[in-house]
Amino acid sequence: MHPAPSVIIFTALSGLGFGLMAWLGFGLPAVSGWSAFTFFFVAYALAVGGLVASTFHLGNPKRAIKAFSQWRSSWLSREGVLAIVSLLVIAVYAIGVIFLNQRWQIAGWAGALLSLGTVFTTSMIYAQMKTVPRWNTPLTPVLFFLYALAGGALLAGQTGAAIMLLIVLCSVQVLAWVLGENSFARAGHTIETATGLGNLGRVRLLESPHSGPNYLLKEMVYIVGRKHAHKLRVIAIFLMGLVPVAILTLLPTNHYMAAIAVLSHMAGLFVSRWLFFAQAEHVVGLYYDKR
Amino acid sequence: MTSLPQSTQKKLGLAIDLDTCVGCHACVISCKEWNTSNYGSPLSDMDAYGAEPSGTFLNRIHTYEAKTLERAAQVVHFPKSCLHCEDAPCVTVCPTGASYKRSEDGIVLVNEDDCMGCGLCAWACPYGAREMDVAEGVMKKCTLCVDRIYNENIPEEDRVPSCVRTCPAGARHFGDFADPDSNVSILSAERGGFALMAEQGTNPVNRYLPPRPKADISGSGQIGVPATALGEETGGAKGFLSWLDKALEKI
Ligand code: SF4
Ligand code: SF4
Ligand code: SF4
Repeated sequence: MHPAPSVIIFTALSGLGFGLMAWLGFGLPAVSGWSAFTFFFVAYALAVGGLVASTFHLGNPKRAIKAFSQWRSSWLSREGVLAIVSLLVIAVYAIGVIFLNQRWQIAGWAGALLSLGTVFTTSMIYAQMKTVPRWNTPLTPVLFFLYALAGGALLAGQTGAAIMLLIVLCSVQVLAWVLGENSFARAGHTIETATGLGNLGRVRLLESPHSGPNYLLKEMVYIVGRKHAHKLRVIAIFLMGLVPVAILTLLPTNHYMAAIAVLSHMAGLFVSRWLFFAQAEHVVGLYYDKR
Repeated sequence: MTSLPQSTQKKLGLAIDLDTCVGCHACVISCKEWNTSNYGSPLSDMDAYGAEPSGTFLNRIHTYEAKTLERAAQVVHFPKSCLHCEDAPCVTVCPTGASYKRSEDGIVLVNEDDCMGCGLCAWACPYGAREMDVAEGVMKKCTLCVDRIYNENIPEEDRVPSCVRTCPAGARHFGDFADPDSNVSILSAERGGFALMAEQGTNPVNRYLPPRPKADISGSGQIGVPATALGEETGGAKGFLSWLDKALEKI
């Protein structure tokens, strides 16, 4: 799949933002006043920034408002609805702790759960795609949760939880990469099932339907840079997991160190999210004898 | 709107004959011509006269070769347009309600006024039947020529999809698969019509009629073997040919 910057930024930043919101909603850390303002500002900047980025890949952004209408059937629509509801509910809680020195814990808990619900709906946009076997697994929502919770813990200064979650995240990510390798073959799709010509022998594309590129090839049969996948995986684990964990466990805690840990994690997250798209193979590639 | 209908009264679709399709791409052109000037926005082309031309099409012809170790390769031209699936995943993923399946005849359509061009439906389609129009930013797909098949302003013989009307080989057949006595149901039953990538669970309406088995010409001395394939060998010649062969040898 084409690793469009807008979708990478969208899923990465909004995941971090809603992850941080969940921690704040649970009262971890139990900040108030200016300090609370800073935390909530970061959470909103990430979540809203991500959502805005997601509109950049729309052909007709002016109709984006219609995307809230089909929550009965569409995960993308549910994601939009839950994101807005989460932002509103958390706002109530944030106003309480920032300005009124009140801790409306019900709003906090509700907002936290809604934020995690938003992360789940984001993950389901991808996990539901039977056409992309690498995504079509329960590990996809698990991973999105772990990215949100681990990144959120890092941003929320929850050192102990962040260390544990980062280790779990990296392990599950490696597992997902390993299982992902054979996912396409396990799903059983081949050029023979795609064309139904398997009984005539081995099938190959003799002539492409078009001599130039088209939307399908650009969007769904993206193969550039896959050969670097292995190196990029190592880089991703190093940046998003090893560096932050090393900083949190071995070095003295201060704001600079925390900032470096966060930036390293984000860099690793972007690399890993690039791979999430670039390595995902869509079954339509079979019609072009490509994956 | 983007929930699928429980069932549809008709199941309009195409039976595509892989045995007779000659790969001329006439249906590609007629589809483009009809649909660029009728339902919805035009089907744009990008860089049409430049180095990397591309464009929006609702119907494309792939050409495959199937080969076993023992037999000569068989070439199959393979038209592909929307299969108007009964369990269309492209419809349920649509967040705006632009994509829908009609309960009356099962045609899957995009209401372009609602489409925000997110492309999710194209991701959900296993068959590559949806293409985003770059100029308009809306999703395009085969309409089963909904603006022809019910159109009382055109002669009756034209009230079939443009691709069906155009095909010089008669490889595309249009009809109602819900009616077991329809032309397409009978054709499909007789010829063993099959669904593409059935394991995706989309339950396509369109059916593909498999290529008929070809005579096995891998052995020698068979009817239909071109003379050059027999090489220099004239030993099998009889009668007049045998006399001619000997006469020519003597010259
Ligand atoms: S062929 Fe693709 S676009 Fe057409 S109904 Fe089926 S899934 Fe949808
Ligand atoms: S591109 Fe248009 S029709 Fe397709 S899912 Fe998005 S809004 Fe719906
Ligand atoms: S039915 Fe109409 S829109 Fe569909 S492929 Fe044929 S000509 Fe194109």
